[in-house]
Amino acid sequence: MRFLARRLGFYLLTAWAAVTLNFLIPRLMPGDPVDLLVARLKGNVDPAAIDAMKRAFGISDANLWQQYVDYLGNLSRGELGRSITFFPTEVSTVIADSLPWTIGVVGVATLISYVVGTALGVLMAWRRGTWLDGVLPAATFMHAVPYFWVALALVFVFGVTLEWFPVSRAYALDVVPGLTGEFAGSVVYHAALPAITIVLASMADRILGMRNVMVTTLGEDYVVMAEAKGLTSRRVMWAYAARNAILPNITSFALSLGFVVGGSVLTEIVFSYPGIGSMLLKGVENEDFPLMQGIFLVISLAVLVANFLADLAYVILDPRTRQ
Amino acid sequence: MKIKIGAGILAFFALAAILGPLLIDADPAATSDAGLQGPSAAHWLGTTQTGQDVLVQLVYGARVSLGVGVLSAVIATVLAVAVGLVGGYFGGAVDEVLSVLTNIFLVLPALPLIIVLAGYLPQRGVASVAVVIAVTGWAWGARVLRAQTLSVRRRDFVEAARAGGEGAFRVVFFEILPVLLPVIATSFLATVVAAILAEAGLSFLGLADLSTVSWGSMLYFAQNGQALLIGAWWWFIPPGLCIALIGTGLALVNFGIDEIANPRLRTIKPARRRPAREGKVKA
Repeated sequence: MRFLARRLGFYLLTAWAAVTLNFLIPRLMPGDPVDLLVARLKGNVDPAAIDAMKRAFGISDANLWQQYVDYLGNLSRGELGRSITFFPTEVSTVIADSLPWTIGVVGVATLISYVVGTALGVLMAWRRGTWLDGVLPAATFMHAVPYFWVALALVFVFGVTLEWFPVSRAYALDVVPGLTGEFAGSVVYHAALPAITIVLASMADRILGMRNVMVTTLGEDYVVMAEAKGLTSRRVMWAYAARNAILPNITSFALSLGFVVGGSVLTEIVFSYPGIGSMLLKGVENEDFPLMQGIFLVISLAVLVANFLADLAYVILDPRTRQ
Repeated sequence: MKIKIGAGILAFFALAAILGPLLIDADPAATSDAGLQGPSAAHWLGTTQTGQDVLVQLVYGARVSLGVGVLSAVIATVLAVAVGLVGGYFGGAVDEVLSVLTNIFLVLPALPLIIVLAGYLPQRGVASVAVVIAVTGWAWGARVLRAQTLSVRRRDFVEAARAGGEGAFRVVFFEILPVLLPVIATSFLATVVAAILAEAGLSFLGLADLSTVSWGSMLYFAQNGQALLIGAWWWFIPPGLCIALIGTGLALVNFGIDEIANPRLRTIKPARRRPAREGKVKA
């Protein structure tokens, strides 16, 4: 439990760092958001409006510390300000509308990619020297492919050329959102290509990582011993070798989450998927600073939560951490 | 073998970026009437919507993409060396603070942070984009270097230098640093690839300098020029392929090094397990 408590402490610290970064970025970067907006409007703004905007952004002449306290106060009440793009909608509302789409697609795709990639890695290590080794060069290539390029290629082949899958939106125009089979089917159908993109682009890391740890584990004495005892191959492979090789795999998975989320942001944009990644781009394109920052904060917190879940899995799998 | 192939790929792209623009003397931004033509003898990789030659863009784009990658990797590596070596050598409170800082940057999702930072840049020039990428990309190297420093700092030659009265700064940067150069080089290469990917993503979103041709901006214009709907595969396949190949080259070098360190990882037929399985097939 001390392990979990220590990790939790670290995540709280990181969450605080993310919040503080979010507070500092607009204040430390050259030119504040209001100046940028005013410059864009070629200065045709009356001072009262500038003042109102500054207040809306939480930028005041008060000292930095007072601003920081106000900011934390607003945040604790869930107030992230108002979006400029979708004025006068609150940023929190925009995020609440788009977040479920992202969590659905990215969450499911990441889980599939983890399970399938890890299983493939185990098999490839076990069946070393067979045709399965042929996956290695492909995985080496896929491991560095940009997510959005995979997305473009899939759109081109399966969306435009073969017309098997839709290439934008989260559900068909003629379907009414609701708890119906038709709506669910449409959602799954539209999520297929974005999900496949994320699975393809993120799976290679899991395959290569798991294979390498597993190959090393297979050389351990207890694996040889298990074989010598006459246990079935399947039992030795999964319950002896893979069971221990999974631990470093979970650690590297947790560390790669931020990268997967970054790739997913780009993937959503290629598919015009109405998730948080598309919203982030809209925010940046429209100089919608409250929206941008709100989304960065939410993505960071989501990654932290996912990391904590990975830690929980680690604690369940490794008895040594439970002492 | 893997190392040679990988190094070959990396050397090829480095040469293409340095020498390519000297060999192909053309303006990558020059437009012509021959828009959206497939690969031909005149245009090996076809043309874009505005009749720009894709091959010329690819070669000149290599210079920008690799340039941004190398520039931000240099900045990131300097940061990583400073944080990793100082933390690992001094230990104690200094190390605690630097480790937490490193881990925070390791956990925070880099690309969203890069996007937000780029959103605030008044002008998104090549240099400022490189700095933004470097600020978010140093943590991994710092973590690796800290671990290596921990293992080196108790070695005899370091103790000897300390006993000989060398200052801490000198011990860290003139005694320990040279020993870690191979580690620094690997982490530098990995950072270059990560930075190329980040720059491509940023340009693809239209958030980098779109007036210069880079692989990312090629993809941006291909996407916005409806290259997918028109079926102009020659426009968007090459830039992404180049990025993926550079990544493959680096991965091959890394795996090759791993296999030297851990021969079991090699893909040769293991003799140990075969009799058991043959026996099972017969039974």
